[in-house]
Amino acid sequence: MATDPIHQFQISKWIPIEIGGLDFSFTNASAFMVATVAGAGAFLFLTTSSRGLVPGRLQSISEMAYEFIASMLRDAAGSHGMRFFPFVFSLFMFVLVANLLGMFPYFFTVTSHVIVTFALAILVIGTVLVYGFWKHGLGFLKLFVPDGVPGVLMPLVVAIEVVSFLSRPVSLSVRLFANMLAGHITLKVFAGFVTSLGAFGVAGAAGAVLPLAMTVALTGLEFLVAFLQAYVFAVLTCMYLNDALHPGH
Amino acid sequence: MFVTPGFAQETPPALDEAHTVEDSGHGGGGFPPFQTETYPSQLLWLAITFGLFYLFLKRVALPRIAGILEVRRDRIAQDLDEAARMKDEADAAVAAYEQELAEARRKAGGIAQEARDSAKAEAEAERRKVEEALDAKLKDAEGRIADIKATALADVGVIAEETAGAIVGELVGGEVDKKALAAAVKAARQ
Repeated sequence: MATDPIHQFQISKWIPIEIGGLDFSFTNASAFMVATVAGAGAFLFLTTSSRGLVPGRLQSISEMAYEFIASMLRDAAGSHGMRFFPFVFSLFMFVLVANLLGMFPYFFTVTSHVIVTFALAILVIGTVLVYGFWKHGLGFLKLFVPDGVPGVLMPLVVAIEVVSFLSRPVSLSVRLFANMLAGHITLKVFAGFVTSLGAFGVAGAAGAVLPLAMTVALTGLEFLVAFLQAYVFAVLTCMYLNDALHPGH
Repeated sequence: MFVTPGFAQETPPALDEAHTVEDSGHGGGGFPPFQTETYPSQLLWLAITFGLFYLFLKRVALPRIAGILEVRRDRIAQDLDEAARMKDEADAAVAAYEQELAEARRKAGGIAQEARDSAKAEAEAERRKVEEALDAKLKDAEGRIADIKATALADVGVIAEETAGAIVGELVGGEVDKKALAAAVKAARQ
């Protein structure tokens, strides 16, 4: 069990709940969702409680996160896009904190489950669709008809646009899920090498230095990936929301 | 939700095949992210937690941070205005100082000029007074010289008549007519 790289993704029921034949148990995944939300919320709430005119270090982090996402959204979707700011900020913070919490040994990584990332991606695309049709009506379909394309090519281009739109939730969710999953598996495998090589006496321990170094390096890389994937998720969300706001290319 | 029982039964075995080799250690039902029986629970708890998180951020946390940033922006703008106002004041003070300095300099120049002028005028007046005094003395002396000359000349006539009378008396003898003598002397002198 200790060296099984998949075990860390196992979901275990903490409080069994069953409604209408479906299993809604409170699991370790649920617990870490709660931890993610509580941690991120408490951090943002407590660090800004002094409302310092001159921010302390922690207050600076909250402010930087705020301005980071705000400028990202404004650049991608214009000032009209700011109505989605709480949504994009929540997504970014949720994914970021879930990824970072997953870096703790023995902690569960919420975003390593495709259903979670897919649900978030569907939430994004659903928002784009609902807002796009609500705001522009059928004009939203202009999204699939780029300007300046010759009439002959139009059916082909429209088909490509539709397929690319439909693949967005898949790429958005699989990117995050696969990155977190692969990273954690790799980390676990290399760390497993260290212990299994260490079992072979002195020569094994000497040989274990290499995977240990790899594990350290990978840990750094994983922290980068944890941030980067949250960033990518937020940036793509901003770009998709821009489509909902301004469907004509 | 997204999971139908049919779908739930179809997917895991296919993936199970791929992962059973690594999975041999524990007795779980396949690769955990594809265990569809966990999906309802995950989706429910994700909806609950993320929904609450969203509401909390939208209602509480983000307005607070936005408020902090806005207060700071206002404060900075206010301080900049204050600084600009103070700079204007300082500039005005410098300008006033320089103007005063220029005025003082001009006044000092005026005073010096005045002193110079009055000194010059005084010297001029002194010189003129001295010259006048000298002129008066000169004229006085010249008058006296003329007087003396006139007196001397008048004396010369009388002496000449007397001398001529005496000489004529000695030569001719007898009394000489004084009138003729005077006329003769006069004629001789001219």
